[in-house]
Amino acid sequence: MRLTRFFRRSRWDEERARELESYLAIEIDENLARGMTADQAQAAARRKLGNTTLVREEIYRMNTLGWIDGAWQDLRFGARLLRRTPGFALVAVLSLALGVGANTAIFELLNALRLRTLPVSHPEQLARIRIAGDASGMTGGFDSRHPNLTNPLWELVRDRQQGFSSVFAWSTPTFELSSGGPSRRAEGLWVTGEFFSTLDVHPLIGRLIAAADDRRGCAAPPAVISYGFWQREYGASPSAVGQSLTLDGHPYEIVGVTPQEFFGVEVGHTFDIAVPLCAEPFSRPGARSSLDRRDAWFLAAIGRLKPGWTIERASAQLNAISPAMFRDTLPNYRPEDERAYLAFRLGAFPADTGVSDLRTSYEAPLWLLLATTALVLLIACANLANLMLARATAREREVAVRLALGASRARIVRQMLAESVLIAAAGAVAGAALAQSLSATLVASLTTTHDPVFVDVSRDWRVFAFVALVASAACVVFGVVPALRATHADPGAAMKAGARGASDSHERFQLRRVLVVAQVALSLVLVVGALLFVQTFRNLMTLDAGFRVDHLLAVQLNAGRAGVPRDRLMALYRRVLERTARQPGVASAAQVRNVPIGGSFSNREIVIDGVKQKQATNFNAISERYFEAMGTSLLAGREFEERDDERAPRVAIVSESFARVYFAGGNPIGRTFQIDAAPGEPRPSYTIVGLARDSKYGDLREPFAPLMYVPFAQDPQQPFANLQLVVRSTLPLAVLTSEVAAVVRDESPSIVVTFRTMASQVHDSIVRERLMASLSGFFGALAALIAAIGLYGVLSYTVARRRNEIGIRMALGADRGEIVRMVMREAGLLLAIGLGIGTLAAVGAAQLAASLLFGLTPHDPSTLGVAIVGMALIAAAASYVPALRASRLEPTEALRDE
Amino acid sequence: MLQGTLDLLILRTLAIAPAHGHTIAHAIEHQSDEVLQVEHGSLYPALHRLEERGWIASFWGTSENNRRARYYRLTPAGRRQLAEQTTRWDAIVRAINRVLRPA
Repeated sequence: MRLTRFFRRSRWDEERARELESYLAIEIDENLARGMTADQAQAAARRKLGNTTLVREEIYRMNTLGWIDGAWQDLRFGARLLRRTPGFALVAVLSLALGVGANTAIFELLNALRLRTLPVSHPEQLARIRIAGDASGMTGGFDSRHPNLTNPLWELVRDRQQGFSSVFAWSTPTFELSSGGPSRRAEGLWVTGEFFSTLDVHPLIGRLIAAADDRRGCAAPPAVISYGFWQREYGASPSAVGQSLTLDGHPYEIVGVTPQEFFGVEVGHTFDIAVPLCAEPFSRPGARSSLDRRDAWFLAAIGRLKPGWTIERASAQLNAISPAMFRDTLPNYRPEDERAYLAFRLGAFPADTGVSDLRTSYEAPLWLLLATTALVLLIACANLANLMLARATAREREVAVRLALGASRARIVRQMLAESVLIAAAGAVAGAALAQSLSATLVASLTTTHDPVFVDVSRDWRVFAFVALVASAACVVFGVVPALRATHADPGAAMKAGARGASDSHERFQLRRVLVVAQVALSLVLVVGALLFVQTFRNLMTLDAGFRVDHLLAVQLNAGRAGVPRDRLMALYRRVLERTARQPGVASAAQVRNVPIGGSFSNREIVIDGVKQKQATNFNAISERYFEAMGTSLLAGREFEERDDERAPRVAIVSESFARVYFAGGNPIGRTFQIDAAPGEPRPSYTIVGLARDSKYGDLREPFAPLMYVPFAQDPQQPFANLQLVVRSTLPLAVLTSEVAAVVRDESPSIVVTFRTMASQVHDSIVRERLMASLSGFFGALAALIAAIGLYGVLSYTVARRRNEIGIRMALGADRGEIVRMVMREAGLLLAIGLGIGTLAAVGAAQLAASLLFGLTPHDPSTLGVAIVGMALIAAAASYVPALRASRLEPTEALRDE
Repeated sequence: MLQGTLDLLILRTLAIAPAHGHTIAHAIEHQSDEVLQVEHGSLYPALHRLEERGWIASFWGTSENNRRARYYRLTPAGRRQLAEQTTRWDAIVRAINRVLRPA
């Protein structure tokens, strides 16, 4: 009833107007009947009725929901004002959109990575099962992204745990997929039979893997594909179910598709194909299967708590049954490893947000980036507040008139706020739109060819709440204070004052100065941060890794599924290496167990002079000419040669750090060391024949560590399923890769070959630093620019305000230089205070980034110095323009103006 | 005029016959021997309020001297309201009288 009246209130108003008119007509008729003249009759009637507009207004007001009508009026008025100054509106909305967009994009990532629970029912009931506390004593083979359990251990956990209604385990293999065309990589999952039922995931079409599918020795295991893979490979055709695909050379039948929102339990990755764990031996035939190995860590496990069980209680139960489980699965370890193994205890840990390695490496940087973008937004808001203050000043007399006419202060504040609300809303909408593509770009920039990152950055209520919160906070900062200030002035004073108004009350102008100081200070913090991250990235890019990155190609051959017997495979590798090295344009080629910075590395425990070293030493196996190919110089001794085969005396080449740590810097050539072996087996002894320069191995960020090389043929644990080559050549990449691929194809068409340039490999290993450097650099520059604009605005305003005074000074003989100095002095003061506060803040804030820096300390004095000088120069440039303008004033004009 | 009594007087006037605003005002003034003067500025908002509450309904009609005028009539709800308010008014008057003229 009320609402229909509200919407039909103007029709009602017309109705009332007609009614009142009819009243007047009747009254006039009566007056005429009483003998009045027409004029008298009309005047008397009007007198009697009183102010008809007031009556109508009163009725109109009864029909409105007062504040809605008022707010709507204010918004329309605000929109009209903004339309009149499109330049201001554009700058305001754009700067806000940029700030809100950047904040939202980072928040979307954080939300997806950290806050959001898994898209399954009751994620809070899920708990991860892994070794509690220090698990650094784990030894053996590690495989998959979350190597928490071995299969024998998992089977005991499954059978003996009591706190969970069901448990499942999974692993993350990479399959060679061939469904017709050439084979390529597919992100896989090995899941136990309870995986989908425990998560309570239901198929989009077909069926999912069930307990009956996962029986040891299963002959025809089914495959379940993800929604994304289904879209990509099968064009979302329902006929995909029932089709066959070949993984690692074994055929699987597709039985179902998972729902769109399901990406597995690992945040940061998605999967293409899931098959039962019992299919693992098809990918790793014979002795390579990990299912019965007690030292092959490749599974992770999650359980759903029984009703009434807490994580603590389930954890306690796991802890209680741990000693027996570890005793029953004891691998053939050396005594000290055995002790460590038996001391392990399992525990349960919350898994409502899934598991993620991406989270571990990106959570801190993302919070830092969120803080950065928040500062940028704050600076942008300070700038807007400054602009709003200037606008308020321009409207001073209007406001004074309205106050004098009886408008309430609250009404005027509300009306001025309407403008800010419009800007904030437009900025938020534009920012939210911008954020969508920004966050997609961010995710894409985290992805490397060998580590496809998948983050579901779709919006949820948290993102919308965040946008609303940010926009309202911004609105308060740049809208409320100026509006309150604008209505503060005494109307009488404002009306009396000249064209320039009393608006320039000292107090109000002081606020604008404070805003500029804050901008300068915050910008300095961001600029310092940007410089720290940019230098970190540069340090990593330019550091001497011990090998030459350019013109170096890493080639990986995977023959695991080619079905070639081991001894023939060795000969085949040899031929591939020799033929590659002979290709025209190839300078040198070598075989290597682990390509440096390639994601994998090996280490061995060694014995020197009968003393077993505490720390395992980095280990690599290489062919002859490896150092030549890598561009690592040999400081003494010789490279390996073809004669260093399995029958020859064992030899080794060691790095400078090796010589320094183990031989106190003495000449290591001719010395020997042993590699530790399983109990009861002899320790092979190696004689050092060469000394190589230090080289980075596992991680670019780690300092040089002792590293030993042995000839490929003398590696006691030689892998044979794949082969890595490093090839140095000045040939164009496409030519070189096609040549090498042709050689491999010629030897065996079933071998899968992949290429990666060393340069991209190194780049991929510092994706995080590159991201931090580019984003913080961008935000730092943006902040400095906004602060400069702010300073420029305030000084221009000062100059305009002091026109008169400057004119008098000039008329009295001040020269232009003095005027410039006078304006610059004011700028200098604001700048000095801002930089002083900023320096303190930057020193404090940099500490937060310490763990993300490389090659410099967070309090690097030269960085701070450069940032301060840089900000000062930018600010000086921004202030010089208004100063110059002041000095060019014509005194006569400036004075006449008054 | 006492607060809230205008509503009661309007309802009472309309209980006799439908009328337009002008007639209602005159009727009240006439019936009260010109003691009660209806402020026309408050008559129309009061009519609007009563109509909104559903106690009276309105329609356009033709006045005694052939003018188009908006007529109001009492609804059943308005009739109940009138009875109720009249009772309450009587109670109040009796109460006030007891205070003013103690027995």
